[in-house]
Amino acid sequence: MNASVFYAMTPILVLSGTAMALMIQASIKRDHKVASIIVAIGLILSLLGSYYASNFTQPVTVLLQVDNWSLFFTGLIIAASLIILSLSLKTFLPEGERKEEYYLLLILSVLGAVVLIQSSHMVSLLLGMELMGVALYVMIAFPERGDLPLEGAIKYLVLSACASAMLLYGFALIYAATGSLSYIGIGVEVARAYEQNPVLVLAGSAMVLAGIGFKLSVAPFHMWTPDVYEGAPTAVTGFLATVSKGAVFVALTRFYIDGNLYQYAGLTAALAVLAIASMLIGNWLALRQENIKRLLAYSSIAHFGYLLIALIACAHIDIQLVSQSITFYLTAYIVTTLAAFAVVSSVAEEDVRGQEIQALEGLFWYRPLEASALTVAMLSLAGIPLTAGFMAKFFVITVGVQSHLWVLLAALIVGSAVAIYYYLRVIFAMSKPCKVKGKASTGFDRTLAIILMACVLLLGSWPQPFIAYMGTL
Amino acid sequence: MVMINLILILLVGGLLAMLSERLDENMPRKVAMAAVLFDLIYLISSMLSLPEIAQLQAPITNDPSTWLMHFKANWIPAFGISIEFAMDGISLLMVLLTLILGAVAISASWTDIVKRKGFFEANLLWSLAGVLGVFLALDLLLFFLFWEVMLIPMYFMIAIWGHENRGYAAMKFFIFTQASGLLMLVSILVLSAINQETTGVWTFSYFDLLNTNISEQASYWIMLGFFIAFVVKLPGFPFHTWLPDAHTQAPTAGSVILAGVLLKTGAYGLIRFAVPLFPQAALDFSYPAMLLGAAGVVYGAVLAFGQADFKRLIAYSSVSHMGFVLLGIYAWNELALQGAVMQMVAHGFSTAALFMIAGSIQERLHTRDMSQMSGLWHQMPRMGAVAMFFVVASLGLPGLGNFVAEFLILLGLFQVNVWITVIAATGLITGAAYSLLLMQKSFQGEINKKWAESKLSDFGQREMMTMAVMIIALIFLGIYPQPVLNIAEPVLHSLLDLTALALPSIAEAKL
Repeated sequence: MNASVFYAMTPILVLSGTAMALMIQASIKRDHKVASIIVAIGLILSLLGSYYASNFTQPVTVLLQVDNWSLFFTGLIIAASLIILSLSLKTFLPEGERKEEYYLLLILSVLGAVVLIQSSHMVSLLLGMELMGVALYVMIAFPERGDLPLEGAIKYLVLSACASAMLLYGFALIYAATGSLSYIGIGVEVARAYEQNPVLVLAGSAMVLAGIGFKLSVAPFHMWTPDVYEGAPTAVTGFLATVSKGAVFVALTRFYIDGNLYQYAGLTAALAVLAIASMLIGNWLALRQENIKRLLAYSSIAHFGYLLIALIACAHIDIQLVSQSITFYLTAYIVTTLAAFAVVSSVAEEDVRGQEIQALEGLFWYRPLEASALTVAMLSLAGIPLTAGFMAKFFVITVGVQSHLWVLLAALIVGSAVAIYYYLRVIFAMSKPCKVKGKASTGFDRTLAIILMACVLLLGSWPQPFIAYMGTL
Repeated sequence: MVMINLILILLVGGLLAMLSERLDENMPRKVAMAAVLFDLIYLISSMLSLPEIAQLQAPITNDPSTWLMHFKANWIPAFGISIEFAMDGISLLMVLLTLILGAVAISASWTDIVKRKGFFEANLLWSLAGVLGVFLALDLLLFFLFWEVMLIPMYFMIAIWGHENRGYAAMKFFIFTQASGLLMLVSILVLSAINQETTGVWTFSYFDLLNTNISEQASYWIMLGFFIAFVVKLPGFPFHTWLPDAHTQAPTAGSVILAGVLLKTGAYGLIRFAVPLFPQAALDFSYPAMLLGAAGVVYGAVLAFGQADFKRLIAYSSVSHMGFVLLGIYAWNELALQGAVMQMVAHGFSTAALFMIAGSIQERLHTRDMSQMSGLWHQMPRMGAVAMFFVVASLGLPGLGNFVAEFLILLGLFQVNVWITVIAATGLITGAAYSLLLMQKSFQGEINKKWAESKLSDFGQREMMTMAVMIIALIFLGIYPQPVLNIAEPVLHSLLDLTALALPSIAEAKL
């Protein structure tokens, strides 16, 4: 072990250091502002750190795999966390006494997500997932008033615990079959193990997929999603939708590809069922939602269904194109979802009424910038050209066509066609004449809306630089 | 560059129109009109400045250097997607139609739109820009981009400024075209992936994909994807149900653009892409397609006859007229294709004018219900006379553009299939029935007591000017159609040559 190993771990070390600094600060003087500044500095440093670490890419023990791909996602989710942090500030400033803990929880959750992204071993996968999840339960339940946050948190806690149990049992079965816990080790051994005992391998990986499916909320493991999305404070919902789900999907991709699990038709078929169910159920149930956060919850179920198509395709075609598709899709999804949540959190009141689609009526006329940003985000989620979402869909359909996954593509077309309706409902509500003027916007809201909207449009209209960059990952 | 400028002028013009609202409430419409007229002049002047060779030379479909104009630049080289525009005679006709009707639409919005004028004119210009992109883009993905993006400003025009049931109509319009657009996207990607498998290169260029070697079965499925997307937009029976709602609920300017220009993108797509890319599959499919066309002609006419709503009647008549276009395209011989192109232009003018009249009536009476009209001629003689002209144009009176178009289509179709021609020809009779009914119910007969007392203002100078443009255009098309036929002819010739090469059976039959 030499120094370069530690350099490679810069983001993780900086995040851990920030967590410790926060605890020390809390013991000296509890102060909301100082805590938020420490977190912001910590996140910015670890963002720089993830760039710095790219000079020292290597496996760090058997647990972590620091390579350009994982460092890209590390940077992406840290940047996303910074935006979430800025959204949280507003939400938690007027809260009661306890609020500094929130920042500690946030940084711990980000740390968990980074570990998850870089994991190359089942132990680090579980560690990362639990660290991220446990901090998230508390973040969801953080607001002091109302029952909804508490309900959401408990739902998430119970179901996550089930998911973790499934995951662990799956690990045990795979370990029994292959004698290995690291992804690479599984990849080497899995062919032999499958010959000896196919049931063990399939059952084990199916349970792991189910456990991860809970976290990703793909159908039929999606039941918790709308309630948690609705109950959690908007900033935390944004965190859950982008950082948490993104990190879990990266880990799933690693596990599935490095573990050579894509060769088995049984698993591919299982994933295909999950994908089709997610695309259809997610889009279908989103149709009648009146609450914008619930709507986004169902839309995210559908989007992970689309994303699974790319993962399924790696059974048939070049892994390079598949991983590029996943990278592009996740990036586009995270940026778009952040834009949507940024606008929702700045526009909608933190209560059930304020988050109804009706509450957005007339937004175009009194806050045109934010309304445009939300429109662009909705069009991107719907996959209209010139937005990031279109290029993402382009990638997924391309790999789908190349691997001849016609049934999945048919589900994608049907799902997307249904989806247009509910995305348009949001846009239509905003274009109605305004009855009650809502909150006025602050300069910060507008800046954030412009930046995120520009990112969505840039990724969609001039994707070449990013595609070229993905080629180097 | 000329083609990019054409689109950019409209985009920037839209932005300026929106911003100019801050200076003066009535500024946007002037800015918008100026932008469209400038675009039109720019197009004509750059056409005239083309080297003479390019004007005379017959284009070869799969060789862009023989086209009037061609532009290509990299966009997403990783997938071989480029910004490729090209213009031949048909695109030129369509672009001219778009810009002229764009000016008409702005004129129609002059007093019709009372709130948020800046944003309205911006949306109008942006949707025109999108339509121009559709007519000029020759990279399939770029084409798809314009195809989808032109819907968004149109959606806003219906959803914000539309009539009583606008939300429903806007949503239906968007979902129909989007869902069918997705089918086309998948078809484009499959086509390109097949090309990539055989040649090893990703490309979405029309000129490269024309040479793709596809198995018969695959090409049939891909062709169907394109066909459905285009026929939904056309609209052909049975995919027409979005049209009556969208046309009826849209503000007048929106209806003018929708009926005059947007529907033509579907027909253009069929001529440019659906048939030439898959000649064999299109031939195999021509019989069902022609049946759909004939069904559209009859069904649209019957439903038009049963309408009480002025705008809805015109909307259904569009279904009937566009059925002729579908027939003309799938008959795929020179006469019928000439007729189809002619019909696209003539129908654009006649329907746009009728929608404008409908809008003017609604502006004055606040209703579109024909049972409440009757006898309007007495109050508004100028409007009545103009309406009479466009009604007889639309029913196909010899001497006007629509007659030439429908006659050519039927003539061409007769060589292909006699029975379908017979069915389609009944459309001319039913067309006369519903058109005259429209005239009788609204303008002729006793004056409705409701309006007898009130003073209804007749067409003013601006409206008469706008109408004059379209009247002259239709008469010109009717008695001297040769210039338009001359522009379209070389293009159609080379298209026919191209498909004949791919279809040995037809080539032999011709010998």
